[in-house]
Order: sequence, then C-alpha cells, then structure tokens
Amino acid sequence: MSDEENDIVLSELDDEELVQQMMDDLYDGLKEEIEEGTNILLERGWQPYDVLTKALVAGMTIVGHDFRDGILFVPEVLLAANAMKAGMFILKPLLAETGAPTIGRMVVGTVKGDIHDIGKNLVSMMMEGAGFEVVDLGINCDVEKYIGALDEEKPDILGMSALLTTTMPYMKVVIDELVAQGRRDEFIVLVGGAPLNEEFGKAIGADAYCRDAAVAVETAKEFMARKHNQARA
Amino acid sequence: MSTDALTKLLSEKDWLMADGATGTTLFNMGLTSGDAPEMWNVDHPDRIRALYQGPVDAGSDIFLTNTFGGNASRLKLHDAQNRVGELNRIAAELGREVADASGRTVVVAGSMGPTGEIMEPMGPLSFDGAVEMFHEQADALKAGGADVLWVETISSDDEFKAAARAAELADMPWCGTMSFDTAGRTMMGFTSADLAKLVETLPNPPIAFGANCGVGASDLLRTVLGFQAAGSTLPRIAKGNAGIPKYVHGHIHYDGTPELMADYAVLARDCGATIIGGCCGTTTEHLVQMRKALETRPRGETPTLDAISEALGGFSSASDGTDDKGPAPRERKGRRRRS
Repeated sequence: MSDEENDIVLSELDDEELVQQMMDDLYDGLKEEIEEGTNILLERGWQPYDVLTKALVAGMTIVGHDFRDGILFVPEVLLAANAMKAGMFILKPLLAETGAPTIGRMVVGTVKGDIHDIGKNLVSMMMEGAGFEVVDLGINCDVEKYIGALDEEKPDILGMSALLTTTMPYMKVVIDELVAQGRRDEFIVLVGGAPLNEEFGKAIGADAYCRDAAVAVETAKEFMARKHNQARA
Repeated sequence: MSTDALTKLLSEKDWLMADGATGTTLFNMGLTSGDAPEMWNVDHPDRIRALYQGPVDAGSDIFLTNTFGGNASRLKLHDAQNRVGELNRIAAELGREVADASGRTVVVAGSMGPTGEIMEPMGPLSFDGAVEMFHEQADALKAGGADVLWVETISSDDEFKAAARAAELADMPWCGTMSFDTAGRTMMGFTSADLAKLVETLPNPPIAFGANCGVGASDLLRTVLGFQAAGSTLPRIAKGNAGIPKYVHGHIHYDGTPELMADYAVLARDCGATIIGGCCGTTTEHLVQMRKALETRPRGETPTLDAISEALGGFSSASDGTDDKGPAPRERKGRRRRS
C-alpha cells in the first residue's frame, strides 16, 4: 500500500518538530530513523549532550513511563532501546571528546545460577538512556565477580537481578559480603526481578527494590540526588 | 493411538488436582541458591522421589518432573548442556517409579520451562533453535516414561508455539501454561484472551492450557476468568503461587496459608479451571487442604473480581488488558508510515 504523502522527510522538519518526531520514532523502535535524526541534529550544530538528553533520553523517558504503566511491554521496550542504542553509538565517541557529564555509574548483573537477563538488559539500556554509565557483568555472577567489578569500576550503584525463586536469595550473599568487608555504605544497592518485592529487598539489606527498568532509573536518580546533597552538606 | 493417562483421567473426573512447588520443596531439602535443581535427579534421586511422593500422598492426580530448567540453554549455565538427555530421562523415570507405586492413576508430567532467551527478531533465539532445544528435552522426558509434556511459565507466544511444535515432533500429548506477571499480561504483553485464541489455532492443540506462577492467587484467577470469557473450550489449568515471597530467617517463605490456598482452589474451579494446583510456595500441607476443600465444598457460581479480591487479596493492576479499563495508549500524531 502506497502511503507516500504521509511519509516524513526528517531533514525538512525544524528542530522542534524533529525532536518530537524522534520521540515518536523511539517509541516505535525505528532504529534507522533515530540514526538519521541524530545525525541531522549534529549537522545542525547541536551539542552531542543536548541530542542525548533532549531527544534520546527524553524519548526513552516516555517509553519508560508507558512500560511502568502497563501500556508497553518487553518487546516494544526492547525495540525502543535498540533504536536508542543506535543513536548512542553515534553520540558516544563525541560525548567522550566533549567530556559530557554522566549522572552516575552502575555495575549490574544477573546473580549466580540465573541465566535470565531480559530485565537486566532493559535496566542496563534504560539506565544508559537516562545518562548513566553502565558496566554490565552479564549472567551467572558470583560474589567474586561482583566484588571484583566494584573494586575495578568504583560505581555509585550496584544492581542485581534474578528471575527465579531459586536464585534470588543469592543477592543476600553478595550484600552480606559487602557488609563483612565494611563496604556496604559505599554503594547504592538496587535489586529487581519478577519474583522479588519491596519487602524482600528490605529483608536482604538492599537500598531499594525496583519493580521494572523504568522504576530502576527513577530510583537511581533519586539516590544519586541524595548522594550529591549529602556530599554537599 | 492409545489414550494418554491425562485424557483418560479428565474423562473420568470433572476436576483434577495438580502438584505444588518444586523449587520451594527442594530448597527445604537443602538445595543451595544458584545451583541447578536438575542435577539432583542424578546426585540425589532419593530427594527427588520424596519431592514427587509429597503431592502423591496429598492426593494430587498429576505431578511435574524436576526438569523445569532442563533445556540446553538453561543447563549451559552449569556447563551441563550435554546432559539434557540424561537429566530429563532420569527425572521422568523417577516420576514413573513413584506414580506406578501409588496404586492409582497419577500422571507424570514432564516439566519444560522457558529457554530464558529472547526470540527473534527482538533477541537471538530462532524459532527452529527453540524447537530443537524443546524437542531434545521432550524426547528425553518421553524416553523416561512421562505421560504428557507440561510446558510452563512461558511468556512469549513464539516460544509457546515452539514448544508445541516440539511436542508434535516428539509425538507427545502436552499441556501448556503461561506466566501472567506484568499488569495481568505476560511480560511480552500477551493477554489471557490471546492465549485462549492461540491454543485453538495450533495444529496439535494441548490437552489443557492455562496459567501458572505470575503474581498472587487473585491475579491468576482473573487470568483464568479471562480464558473463560474468551469462550475457550479446552480444559483450563490454574497453578497459582501460595501468596507472595518473603525472606524469613535466611530462606524464602511464601505468605499464602493452606487455608488461603484451599479457598483459591475452590474459586479456581468456579472460574472454570479443571486442573488445579499450586506453584511457588505451595507445599504438601497446602495441597492436603486444597484437596479437602475441592472434595467437600460445593461448586459455586463464577465469582466476580470483587469476590476474588475479597477472598484472596487485591489485584496487582486495575486491568489485565482484556477490557477497556486499562491505561490508554499514548496520543500519537501517527504520521510515520507503519509497516
């Protein structure tokens, strides 16, 4: 079916319309359109950091809210995150050159015995989309792997994920090790995964349980703001 | 073709009781978090026999084998991807042994959980790849003497179809349930009505289909009501969790009491479920009370959502995506050409 009159030529849009369109395209997971839009904004002299925050992050925030509210589900969010990643791929080297600020650093991984990384990957992508630097340890992470990464990466946040009731108690093993080393307070510990809940998060000594990737981003931002306020005080 | 044990039981009785939790029970026997439960089929066969014996003694008509994570993708994590045949076959053999010694017909259902991977085009797993993994597992469960295959906790329709195809290739009768844990849908956005529709279109429909795990007992029953509202004619399965997981004294405890699960079982039957069991947190003690309630309490009218939440607690979301009461999709300009 020909639909050409409805087709949009991104380069003909003014900045404001283009950013609006990019948000729609992110929502629809249109990777090539996001790449094109990102390049157009850069050609027009936009700072890489502005493209990131005003187009990509702003667009992913909408996706995140609709995911949180049960309007979008995993397939749509994965497509959106993939499109965002394509835009990020263009921006990353430029951001490094211009020394753009990151709002925080996170180490994230799925716990030992657990192969499930769908939710964890979403968290990783949404956090990047929100401007965090993320080091993803992958699946099946034992306590040594987590602690090693904390030593090496010195993140603000440790994120742990589990999908199985048989693996979720392992989060406590990691937290207990941090407590034993007297380093628990150095990190914000966020946990998530389908069988978890807030009470479980509290019981094992995490800072917060995050119901989904969108909530993880919001929670991480809150904790980072608190951390900065404390540092200033 | 001779009639399988499950079809036979379904023709004789108007409801059947399935089993409870596998993971919870194995933890109570000393399984360590992070270890693969399937290894115990070989390393601790006595504990697996005891796992199966629990529901048999509690009066279950069906129990699931300890093979939930027994596909190559999941076992790879424990470097046991080459042991799919052995671990699944032995799990089914142990089940056969326990079932045959029970003195009545007890169905050995070969549990097949998700691969844990996302399917194409969103993820790396192809349809054929998923079929191959499930087929390998299905053949082994069949060789060990499983009566039926029991595909469970699936969230993606493609993965469900792949498991169905594997059952067809293995020439095995099967049942299939999905986990509706995200605002009343599966995490992939699949609704109860979608599943009811999907099973009718498969070339080899399951003997029964339904829901397992998910959030709480209330949500699960809302899903089962959704199957009924969609006009489904196949027998439906309800296998809900015994409440919500809590961390008590170093282990996971589910807060649903045996009394609550007894109420749940009777309500599940009133919601149109024919096969009723529990999932995470459901112990033998729960099953005994469920059986008793199903045997002694009369059938009732189809409960309203209010009646369910009054008896079992509130729902996790206002809508499950099968009515128009859910959150509205975002207003779009919609000028972009859509494929």
